[in-house]
Amino acid sequence: MDRTGARPPEALLEAAAPARGAAVAAPAASAVRIDSLGAWYGARKAIEGISLAIAPRTVTAVIGPSGCGKSTLIRCVDRLHEVTPGARVEGRVHVGDVDIYAPGTDPVAVRSMVGMVFQKPNPFPTMSVYENVAAGPRLRGSRIPRGALDDLVERNLRRAALWDEVKDKLGRPGADLSGGQQQRLCIARALATDPAVLLMDEPCSALDPISTYRIEELMRELAGDVTIVIVTHNMQQASRVSEWTAFVLAGDDGIGRLVEFDATEQLFTKPADPRTEAYITGRFG
Amino acid sequence: MASPALAVRPALALGRRRVVDRAMSVLFVAATVAAVTPLLLVVGYIAVQGAHGLSIALVTQLPAPVGEPGGGMGNAFVGSAILIAVASAIALPVGILSGVYLSEFGGGRFGDVLRFFTDVLTGVPSIVVGIVAYTILVVPLRSFSALSGGFALSIIMIPTVARTTEEALKRVPLTIREASLALGVHEWTTILRVVIPTGLAGIVTGAMLGIARISGETAPLLFTAFGSAFWQQGLLKPIAAVPLQIFQYAISPYTDWHEQAWAAALILMLLVLGLNVAIRAVTRTGFRTVR
Amino acid sequence: MATTAPESRPRRPPTRGLLGGASVPDAAFRAVALAFGALVLALIAAMVAVMVQGSVHAIQRFGLGFLSGTLWSPNDRIFGALPFIYGTVVSSLLALLIATPIGLGVAIFLVEMAPHHVSNAISVLVELLAAIPSVLLGLWGIFVMVPFLQRTVEPALQAVFPGVPLFEGAPYGVGLLAAGLILAIMIVPTIVAISRDVMATVPVAQREAMLALGATPWETTRRAVLPYATSGILGAVVLGLGRALGETMAVTMVIGNRPVISPSLLEPSYTMASVLANEFTDATYDLYVSALIEIGLVLFGITILMNVAARLLVRRTARVSGRGER
Repeated sequence: MDRTGARPPEALLEAAAPARGAAVAAPAASAVRIDSLGAWYGARKAIEGISLAIAPRTVTAVIGPSGCGKSTLIRCVDRLHEVTPGARVEGRVHVGDVDIYAPGTDPVAVRSMVGMVFQKPNPFPTMSVYENVAAGPRLRGSRIPRGALDDLVERNLRRAALWDEVKDKLGRPGADLSGGQQQRLCIARALATDPAVLLMDEPCSALDPISTYRIEELMRELAGDVTIVIVTHNMQQASRVSEWTAFVLAGDDGIGRLVEFDATEQLFTKPADPRTEAYITGRFG
Repeated sequence: MASPALAVRPALALGRRRVVDRAMSVLFVAATVAAVTPLLLVVGYIAVQGAHGLSIALVTQLPAPVGEPGGGMGNAFVGSAILIAVASAIALPVGILSGVYLSEFGGGRFGDVLRFFTDVLTGVPSIVVGIVAYTILVVPLRSFSALSGGFALSIIMIPTVARTTEEALKRVPLTIREASLALGVHEWTTILRVVIPTGLAGIVTGAMLGIARISGETAPLLFTAFGSAFWQQGLLKPIAAVPLQIFQYAISPYTDWHEQAWAAALILMLLVLGLNVAIRAVTRTGFRTVR
Repeated sequence: MATTAPESRPRRPPTRGLLGGASVPDAAFRAVALAFGALVLALIAAMVAVMVQGSVHAIQRFGLGFLSGTLWSPNDRIFGALPFIYGTVVSSLLALLIATPIGLGVAIFLVEMAPHHVSNAISVLVELLAAIPSVLLGLWGIFVMVPFLQRTVEPALQAVFPGVPLFEGAPYGVGLLAAGLILAIMIVPTIVAISRDVMATVPVAQREAMLALGATPWETTRRAVLPYATSGILGAVVLGLGRALGETMAVTMVIGNRPVISPSLLEPSYTMASVLANEFTDATYDLYVSALIEIGLVLFGITILMNVAARLLVRRTARVSGRGER
């Protein structure tokens, strides 16, 4: 049996911490700090020179036309970008005070402290509702007593506002739920690993308006204890749920760059950059 | 003068083209009938002829000495089961893990090479596989054996299992893997506990296809398992097998044995076709069984 | 909070792909999977080594004359493989001659003509035919097909083509014709399955463009589908040929097993695979065994070549029609 998998991620992160050096210590004020981030797919550069600092316990929206690299951007924060063959990353990303691309940092440890919700609901098809929520701790090899695991599952299903709907069918396959319920199950699954940051990649794009509304409501509730970054192509959604908004746009070279990052209200009412204004008023994209 | 001719010619031309089209259609239907007829003839004959000789003794008793009525080939059925078990014990781990490699890490040059040669392995004549197993196991162990027979069959089974496993795992959506990785689950745990369970039906299909493929194989057993008139005596001794027994009985001059060959053929055919039909029922998507 | 630009201290970007970044257990798992993959390649290498090693004795003794020698007489220690090569090639080509038009016809019927459910049903039937063990086809061949050939087909052929060398001799039933027919039955499914898949990759837009020009369905197939699928269909045929060359049991049961070279399809013959099946366990001295293994090596080499060629051809079609093999 593998022991490393059972090691709490904090231990790995602490081990990695000295490597970063005191001189570059990230200010604890930001939950996520991105410095000059660039990402490639093979020879093609998708994003370039993106720098952002995201405040803890806020909702930040990343908006921009499709293909501008906004999904790539948040996948870099979870070290998921590199899973694609040929993909690579430059620059630095701090989550809390951990430099997640430091040479000694284990991507697996990074992923356990950053949660991710994907565009299409993707519950594990072979697992029940219960097992889906418990999947993170279980597959990482944590030995949690049954009672504590029951509590963990219930707590996170409640946080995802799903408990009342599924408490009688915890043993049913996760795939049996409706689309909106599946997405909330995926949120519960991500929350169950107790992430400091929750990344959401267009989480409502495959859902009906009512399910979308419930997830937006949920995001506002969760923002009390989790930092949320949501990628969306829907500007109304961005303005409804977020306090901060980043606008990413691909130039003529096809490479996405950060155009503007500001408080949501400011960005939507008094954008500083003409390209932002063009986008939010619907002149392109 | 010119205008009626112009009006008529296209119609005439189309008439001839229609006839050609019809004729070709008839030919294609005829080809289909010609391809399916032998199947029905073979299956029909084996069913009718085999039904005569079916008896409990066939699957429970040892062969009777020549000239004596009765007897069976129970030892061959037990032998085939043992050979299939030995082959599976070798081919399933090797085939499934190579399939995992091909699906999960096989994107590079080595993966291409492995995929290509795995496919080529399916085309190696089974009689050649028999010679290889003879040289590698029978010669050093100084005896025909169940072990060498099972080894020969495993060589035939491995590519089927490997490629179906690969296909099954490749059908597991990327988002499922990413969901697991995003939870901070290790890649190996993701593969073993999320990807493989999700693709399990396909892997089981591969195993069944492999077993269906080897259960009728005869040529590689001729000089490995060799055949035997007795119950099995361990993995290092010669062992009987149903297809071998069918072959030996079919080319013998005794009508008793012919009848037993037909009956055993019926059982073997039901097993092989049954497995194939079961596979199709399980995977409604229609699996490629012919490579 | 403004972000600090890190340009002042350039450093190697942490560009680890999955492999570079893999932790110890992940790397170990990869290594295990890789080892099993390598095992398959090692197995193939071992097969080649075993066959070459086993043939050395006969190769040194007979050289190339082994392949052209027409006499096979183990009692006199004379080993010429030509009768087996001849029997193998002729029976396989005969099978190809019968199976190619039929297999192609079925594939066109399945892809271009038949309604979906009919096409599915027949595909299943044809694939089941491929699953029938060859020893069962041989059994049927011995007791049903051979007597039928002997009593009905062969006399009829001789009556229709009197004096044609192809059909001379006593009608035994067993012989090249029987072997070719049984092989044809066995390789039709291969040709059907591969050409069907290859033809199915031709884009629908190609067909529709042709139909829109007023072409009949057959013209559409001939002009828009077959040209695209040519190399893949060729691949299917070559794969079928490879299968026919290496097929053992059914052929052994119906070909008559006599190492002679005769122009008549009605005469008994012998194939490389059949002589291995019949004589390998009877080979009483080293040179005899080595000569048999050399026959196996030749067969191995030819079938591998056929397979490699076929798969390259099929892969090329997949690329041409824009649906690469992943």
